[in-house]
Formats: sequence, structure tokens, C-alpha cells
Amino acid sequence: MTQAAPSAAVFKSKAREALSDPALLQAMERAKGGFVGARRIAIEELAEFESLRDAAQDIKDHVLNHLDLYLERYERKTIENGGHVHWAQTAEEACEIVKKICLDADARLVAKGKSMVSEEMGLNRVLEEAGIEVAETDLGEYIIQLAGESPSHIIAPAIHKTREQITELFYENHKGHGFSERVTRREDIVNEARSVLRNVFARADVGITGANFLVAETGANVIVTNEGNGDLASTLPRVQIITAGIEKVIPSLDDLSTFLRILSRSATGQEMSAYTTLYAGPRRQGEVEGPTEYHVVLLDNGRSAMLGGSYRSMLRCIRCGACLNHCPVYSAVGGHAYGWVYPGPMGSVLTPLMQGFERSFDLPNACTLNGRCNDVCPVRIPLSDMLRRHRFEQYRRNLNPWLGRRLLSLWAWFARRPRLYQGVVALPVWAMNRFGRGRGVLRRLPGAGGWTGGRDLAVPEKRTFQVQWQAKRDSDA
Amino acid sequence: MSDTLKKPRVGFFVTCLVDIMRPRVGFAAVKLLEQAGCEVEVPRSQSCCGQPAYNNGDEANSRAIAKQVINVFDQFDYIVVPSGSCAGMFSEHFPRLFRYESSWLYRSQRMAARTWELTRFLVEVMQVNSLGSCYPAKCAYHDSCSGLRELGIQEQPRQLLSLVKDLSLAELDERDVCCGFGGTFSVKYPEISTRLVSNKVSDLEQTAADTLLGGDLGCLLNIAGRLRREGKATKVFHIAEVLAGMADGPGIAEPGDEA
Repeated sequence: MTQAAPSAAVFKSKAREALSDPALLQAMERAKGGFVGARRIAIEELAEFESLRDAAQDIKDHVLNHLDLYLERYERKTIENGGHVHWAQTAEEACEIVKKICLDADARLVAKGKSMVSEEMGLNRVLEEAGIEVAETDLGEYIIQLAGESPSHIIAPAIHKTREQITELFYENHKGHGFSERVTRREDIVNEARSVLRNVFARADVGITGANFLVAETGANVIVTNEGNGDLASTLPRVQIITAGIEKVIPSLDDLSTFLRILSRSATGQEMSAYTTLYAGPRRQGEVEGPTEYHVVLLDNGRSAMLGGSYRSMLRCIRCGACLNHCPVYSAVGGHAYGWVYPGPMGSVLTPLMQGFERSFDLPNACTLNGRCNDVCPVRIPLSDMLRRHRFEQYRRNLNPWLGRRLLSLWAWFARRPRLYQGVVALPVWAMNRFGRGRGVLRRLPGAGGWTGGRDLAVPEKRTFQVQWQAKRDSDA
Repeated sequence: MSDTLKKPRVGFFVTCLVDIMRPRVGFAAVKLLEQAGCEVEVPRSQSCCGQPAYNNGDEANSRAIAKQVINVFDQFDYIVVPSGSCAGMFSEHFPRLFRYESSWLYRSQRMAARTWELTRFLVEVMQVNSLGSCYPAKCAYHDSCSGLRELGIQEQPRQLLSLVKDLSLAELDERDVCCGFGGTFSVKYPEISTRLVSNKVSDLEQTAADTLLGGDLGCLLNIAGRLRREGKATKVFHIAEVLAGMADGPGIAEPGDEA
């Protein structure tokens, strides 16, 4: 299945499309209500949630200060456990490493658990081009793989799909698996997917998953899921591959317990997800289950560059998706408008850093800076400050549209000279009042279509505050 | 002895939107401040807090505007602003602009420490506990994002509204969600902004309130503009107008005496 080529340059047109898609609206409304409400309840029930956030932030900051140390410790432990660790500077390198492991293992079928890093790498396309069949086994990922789409949410990849759309997708794609009826009930949809995927797990030569955390102390890879598919993909195939960003390492199992207490609560509002599994290396002597080969591919892809700069705290991100769920813009336009694999506030910070500022102009700008994302981030990343910082960077690089930039400069020139400014604004105020008097609003105004497209413009009083105030002062005196 | 009796000298920052779009908010705010016992001055040399430049990436112009504001306002005991967004710009963001310019950093921090959003100032500094105004209606209050998250303004306006005779307050279901204004965002991404403000209007409908109040004129112009476009009659006022007993005329985006 092909993946959409990374392109965050088309945000505006995709957002416009999304806003006029009633199915998307329906899907997003439902999703927004569920996640936000569940998180609120889960957090109200945990008095120490705020101090856990502080602790989680401290742990991440500590790790980022000593990232080399913990990564090397993790590598040493993994090797001791019988696994292999591969380091990849770029997404392409990481794909080549995974492909080689698969080809060396004569793999024909790969079962994948959900991994955002593999999405970031564009891994499926590379494996498919090498003649390897790739089957996504997370239900959401499986649905969008059938639809030929990319994820629209980092923890709920098919959140943009309505149940009716899923019914049709399954009906079209499962005929060859002996299913000829349309299934509409949630349980039936899940059971049908389960039955199709069971066959995948049984046949797969390689299992690929992501990692929620890498524990340096023990070499454990931790995955947190609700479907158990990640566990089947990790244990049944003979070769296991884990793809993870280098920022995923944490020092110890103690630290893990802190993160586990905030991750699911922030993500889905669960106290814990259904499955939390720790893997550390291949099948040991005497064990009857588990892979015989265990590989971890650690991806940089711009992360170490973020370490040194003002975006460092973005590396604290644990990919819970809370910022997406609470972002009004994300809820309105869905994830695909963002053009690449990471949407919403965290995506708008990451995409320009990973894909380039030139290709993602709109992402940092399509934000009202309302700050709700900062409030819910479990590791307190100042997301809206970072988006504003992106805007500074865009301005420095002269990426803003010419006209907007000129208008802004002109406005600023006057704003810096208040007395002149007051004289200049008096005219449009008078004109708006003249044209709109008696009606309260203007429904259209030349040059203000951005405002009047969706709402009326209030008619101002005839004279500005400053003019009225001076007149009052003069008459009082 | 005279020091303790001296009225606090307040420099009133009108904000560009109040200056241009709804001057009566400014007069209402001045009235409230004077009633509370302040000596209010409105420096003539003021335009805007600089957010349009700051939020569009233009640091140089933001700094220049900030310096101009600081030069004019740093003589006052308090700087009071009828907007959480502009007050947040002074309190939170001016010092960030001068991180690497130590003399201005000091001045911006002094300014930040003395800047107050109007409702918070009335409650926490002037400790207003009676108003003498009356507004017989069911109102909903819109928490604007900057005030709420940068300045912690949430209870103060509600406390003041509880002093208004005959006013009852209904709460929006999604009271912590942005109305979609976002300054220049509203015209740069009009379709998204319109969706968000439509959501806000639906939420407002659910409360069955007759009047929407808020502390930031930007949000109020946005919501009122959408209400009118949808043909709804809900009145919209800045909270200062109701508190000052000056909400007997037409609300925002309503026909009336626009003289």
C-alpha cells in the first residue's frame, strides 16, 4: 500500500476540503468528546497527577542531558540480552537497515504493530518495493492500510473514519477471506478484523513494532497497547524488529512506572491500557516462545539537532496525543490536513524541524495560540511558545507571503508612532461607521473578506476612544 | 500618612480594538477604576500592545513597540488593560522579548509586575465588593484563552458579576475552548476560524443565555459577528460595560446609536 508523500505545503486546501466533509465532521466530533471527557475524569481521580507531570518532565530533562550515556547503557544491555542494536541517522538509513534484516531472514510477510517512527521512516513503501508483503495489525492502522491512507492521529490512526466507511472497506476487501456480508456492529467489525489478522500473525516471518519506552537499566522495550496485536507481532514471528526514536530511552523501571501512570490517562483517559509489555531480547535457551532474532533500530532523523537548540523540550514528547485531542484546530480539520505523519500541535512543532520550514509554512501559523495543548501535555512541553518560535524563524528566513509582510511592516511603522497612528485610524473608523450606521454590522467590506466570509463585522462608533477622550478632557478643562 | 491615603495612579492602556471598535468599553473601564478609588490617566501616546507583530514572527517591530509602551507607561503605579490578551502580552511576553537586552529586560519585568487585566485588578488589588449596577438577564461568560491560561483569570470576572443586581450566570459546556479568534489567525485561516466560532455559538445556544459577556473585545467581536451572521439575537457586551452599568444601549454588532 502506498503512503502519501510528505507534503505539509497544502495545508490550506486540505483543511478547506476537510471542513466541508460531513463524515469527517461526524467522526471528529465523536472522537473529541470521548478522549477529552475520559481524560478529565481519569485525572480528577488521581490527586497526584500534577506532581507526576513534574516528575515525568524532570526525568525526561535528565535523560536529554545525558542522552549518550543512557543510549549506550541501553545498547549494552540489549546486546547482553542477545539482541542487536542498529543506529540510523536518517529515515532512509533506518529503512535500509530494516529491509536488510528482512531480506536476510528471507521474509515474505511482515506483521506490523503500530509504530509512528515507522510512519516517519516511510517504511512500508520501502519494504513493499523490495517485494515484501506488509500487514498492519493495529485495527486503526489496518483500516487505513486498506483505505490506502496515512494515519490522521498518532494513537488513533483511523479516527477520521466513520463506522459506515469501515463497514464498506471491510466489505470490499474481505471477500477473499470468506466474508461476504456487510458488518456494522462494533464487535462484528473487530471480530472480522481479528479473524483476518490471525492468519497474518500465523504466517509472518518478521514482526515490527514501535516502542513507547526503552529502559536503559534492563534493555527492555516497552509497548503500551489496547489490542494485544503488538504482543502477537512481537512474539509469534521468528524475527522481531523494534523501530524507535533515540529520545525514547528512560533510565530505569522506577521511571517507567511514573510514565505509565500519566501516559494512558493523558492519551485515552484509561488508568492503564489493556496491555503493557516489556521485551528484552530474543528467546533464551529453554524458552519455547519468542523470536530467535531481536533487532532494535534507533533513529535520529533530526532529533540530535533538536537537542542543542531551543526546541529541546520537544524531545520530551511521549506521543500520547493529548495535544491533538484538545486542539480546536485539529478537531476541526483532522490529521490529514497537516500533510505528514505528525498532526496537531506536536506535529506542527515537529514537522518543520524534520521536513524543513519551507515545506510546512502553514503548520505553525494555523494555531490560535490558545494554549490548551500546553495545559494538557503530560510532560509540560510549551507547545504554543514553540509554534511562535517557528514563526520568528519563518520571518527571519523571509518565508512569509510578501503582501502580508508588507502590510504588517506598514502597520508596525504606524503603531510605533501612536500620535500618527491615531490620525490614520480615524479615517477607516469614520468610513466604516458611515457605511454601516443604523445596521450595527457590515456584511461585506472590501479587503476584509477573511473576516466577513463567515461572520459580520461590527460597526464602530464614529470616533475612536482617543478622539472622544481628548474631546471630553478639553471640555472638562 | 499621606502615602497610604494617596490614590493609586493607574495608567489605562485602551487596547487598539477598544480604541477603534468599541470606545464605550474604555469609558466603562475608566468609570470602574475611578469608582474603585483610582486616579486614572490615559496616555495619549499609545496604539497597540504589539501582538500582531509578535504573533506573526516580527521580533524587531515587537521590540520597538514594546519599548514605546514601556517608555510611556512605566511611570504609573499600575497599568490596567481591559483585555487578558494584551495584559498577557505585557506580563508574559515583553520580558521574553528582552531576554538578551538586560537594561530593557529589567524595565520590562517592572512593567510586567505592575500590569493588570481589568477584572483581576478590580478584585485582587482594589478589592471591589460592591458595584451598584443592575443587569436583569441570564448571561454566559466567555473565558478568553490568554487571560485564562497566562493570567489565571477565571473566578475574578464571575466574582464581579455576582455583584451585579439581577444578573444570573450560565456556564458554557466547553468553557476552556478557544472561540477561533486568535488575532490575525481569524483572517489568515477564515474557514477554520469560522468553524471554531460556530462551535462556540452552538455551545452558547445550549445555555439559553440572553447575553454573552467576556473580557476580550477580539473574542467578542468574533462571537458577536458570528451570532449576527446566523441571525441570532443574543446580546454581546464587554464585561466592563455591564459592571459599570453602561449596558443599556445596543450590544456589540447591534444597530443603535453608533454616534
